[in-house]
Amino acid sequence: MKYLDEYRNPEIARHLVQEIRGLTTRPWVIMEVCGGQTHSIIKNGIDQILPKEIELVHGPGCPVCVTPLEQIDKALAIASRPEVIFTSFGDMLRVPGSRQDLFMVKSAGGDVRVVYSPLDAVKIARENPHKQVVFFAVGFETTAPNNAMAVWQAHREGLRNFSILVSHVLVPPAMRALLASPHNRVQGYLAAGHVCTVMGWEEYEPIAAQYRVPIVVTGFEPVDILEGVLLTVRQLERGEARVENQYARVVRREGNRPAQELIRKVFEIAPRKWRGIGEIPASGLRLRPEFRDYDAETIFALGELHVEEPAICISGLVLQGLKKPNECAAFGKQCTPQTPLGATMVSSEGACAAYFAYQRRRVE
Amino acid sequence: MSEFSLQCPLPITQHDTIQLGHGSGGKMMNDLIGKLFLWAFDNPYLNKLDDQAVVEINGVRLAISTDSFVVDPIFFPGGNIGELAVYGTVNDVCMSGGRPLFLAASVILEEGFPLADLRQVVESMAAAARRAGVLIVTGDTKVVNKGKGDKIFINTTGLGVLEHPWQISAGQIQPGDAVLLSGSLGDHGIAILSRREGLAFETPITSDTAPLHELVAAVLQAGGQAVHALRDPTRGGLAATLNEFAATARVGIRVREDRIPVKPAVAGACEILGLDPLYIANEGKLVAVVAAAKAEAVLHALQAHPLGREAALIGEVMAGSPGLVTMQTRLGAWRIVDLLVGEQLPRIC
Repeated sequence: MKYLDEYRNPEIARHLVQEIRGLTTRPWVIMEVCGGQTHSIIKNGIDQILPKEIELVHGPGCPVCVTPLEQIDKALAIASRPEVIFTSFGDMLRVPGSRQDLFMVKSAGGDVRVVYSPLDAVKIARENPHKQVVFFAVGFETTAPNNAMAVWQAHREGLRNFSILVSHVLVPPAMRALLASPHNRVQGYLAAGHVCTVMGWEEYEPIAAQYRVPIVVTGFEPVDILEGVLLTVRQLERGEARVENQYARVVRREGNRPAQELIRKVFEIAPRKWRGIGEIPASGLRLRPEFRDYDAETIFALGELHVEEPAICISGLVLQGLKKPNECAAFGKQCTPQTPLGATMVSSEGACAAYFAYQRRRVE
Repeated sequence: MSEFSLQCPLPITQHDTIQLGHGSGGKMMNDLIGKLFLWAFDNPYLNKLDDQAVVEINGVRLAISTDSFVVDPIFFPGGNIGELAVYGTVNDVCMSGGRPLFLAASVILEEGFPLADLRQVVESMAAAARRAGVLIVTGDTKVVNKGKGDKIFINTTGLGVLEHPWQISAGQIQPGDAVLLSGSLGDHGIAILSRREGLAFETPITSDTAPLHELVAAVLQAGGQAVHALRDPTRGGLAATLNEFAATARVGIRVREDRIPVKPAVAGACEILGLDPLYIANEGKLVAVVAAAKAEAVLHALQAHPLGREAALIGEVMAGSPGLVTMQTRLGAWRIVDLLVGEQLPRIC
């Protein structure tokens, strides 16, 4: 299959591993930013075939993982209301809030529906004028244009019963925050290909220059990831620090301008709390004042919620690349996908869930 | 007299109510079955945890199986709920090595369900029964108030006869056995999903629903007593079947990713939706675990039948790591193939 088979080709992968091996003279710590890449690395065993000097650490780029617990609790409170049809992408349904998850709300009679696009939620609102239809707008720059489009469409049609619960985060501020941390170990980034499809990579250039880290825009298939590692290691070995694009078949330097324009029309940049990391200034999106009528938090007047994370969970450190999932005392014991303590275990793209699913026992 | 004590069922994880995941073929469903149904009904037939029970009456061995069909949409590319209800149960009877003979069918209809649709479903059931060589000999009809059901639910129970003296059951699996798969994965699940969610793919994907009685007969003819276990990887997909085999037989199972057939259109759809074909439901496929000496013969027998043209030898049974299913990835690394907790969920991005 074009654009899939060639990026899963074992022969090409083997050559890339040999090339990486030939280049590597010392240990390097490289962070893949995106949870989709983490999933692909662990699922395909890419970490097993790389030379031992290359340590891949997992980044904060799993939208499910970084959505704050209070935001999940707000979603649960809204979804429990009888007048609401609560719509969401599938992978948010099993994320536990303080006491329950969206599946439990659904089984208790809440009208919770999985949609594949926020525009489907707009359609549901159109067809159910006597219900309040809320979409859980979670994600990075990847999902922001679609969510913006949903609000724009609802606004254009004059729909008064549609709103979104916004929990949008932006990748570059998180990358900066990690590099600025005194505990930082990251020496090079594999940047998230899908995010760059929308945003391009211009905004990464000052980060590469300021922190002296190579940043390679990377795709999600095994060959993509190995090529991304190769380009990063080559720069690290040469002492270079610039932005390169491995994912050229999809990503352009300027990104997708109309999508960016749409995001700007509907959203504005705001501080955001990241689960496990804390608040990062200017790292999120919120609806612009002229679209506040579509803001579920305003409509349902939920106010501030106070929540407590389980003390034993180290998902914050995992998200920052400071710990590996199996270094957690609770991993595979108190914390499993059936009994998750943190979102990195419950999200299928979370690093802890990937380790548990694919590599919890060493397999030889 | 020994002291009698009443035992409580084990807790079913953290849920107080039934969740959708309890019907998914994953860990939640296993929990429900193991900690409630098995505990309550406890008997040697049920405890084998095969998809059918083999019972002996006056020297005649009979296979009995039951299944309920609640698929949405009821009409989908490549089939409908009627033929699915016949083939699904026929296939479960076949997986004991039994020849299916009779079916009982119950339909639960929702008030307001169009009679024309019911006629189409019933005609499909009749045609499917003829193709599978079974008679629908008894049944039941109920109507529930509008909103209390979803158009139509069908339950079928099948009865077949075993014409060989040995057992075909997950418990017979031995280290060293070969694992064979009769064809490509995920066709049924993706066909249903694409119709339900209105997703259009460039290459249309149709359900693989089909009766497997002829395929099983071919496997038995080629493999005889070397055929240790058979199962159709329906809900929960190949991953669930392999995990159930490994757990029941207390063996490890190792498969190779590059040997597992997946149609390009299904692989593409899974890629877009963030789903893994290993966990997607199939209807017209079987997994056979066969003593290594007969593996080639059974593979050729599968490939000689139109429903098994893409059959492949995908792995082997290991003595160590009881209950563990692993897969060698295309890159040569290893990973676990675990049961899912609940439903497989499409991802955000």
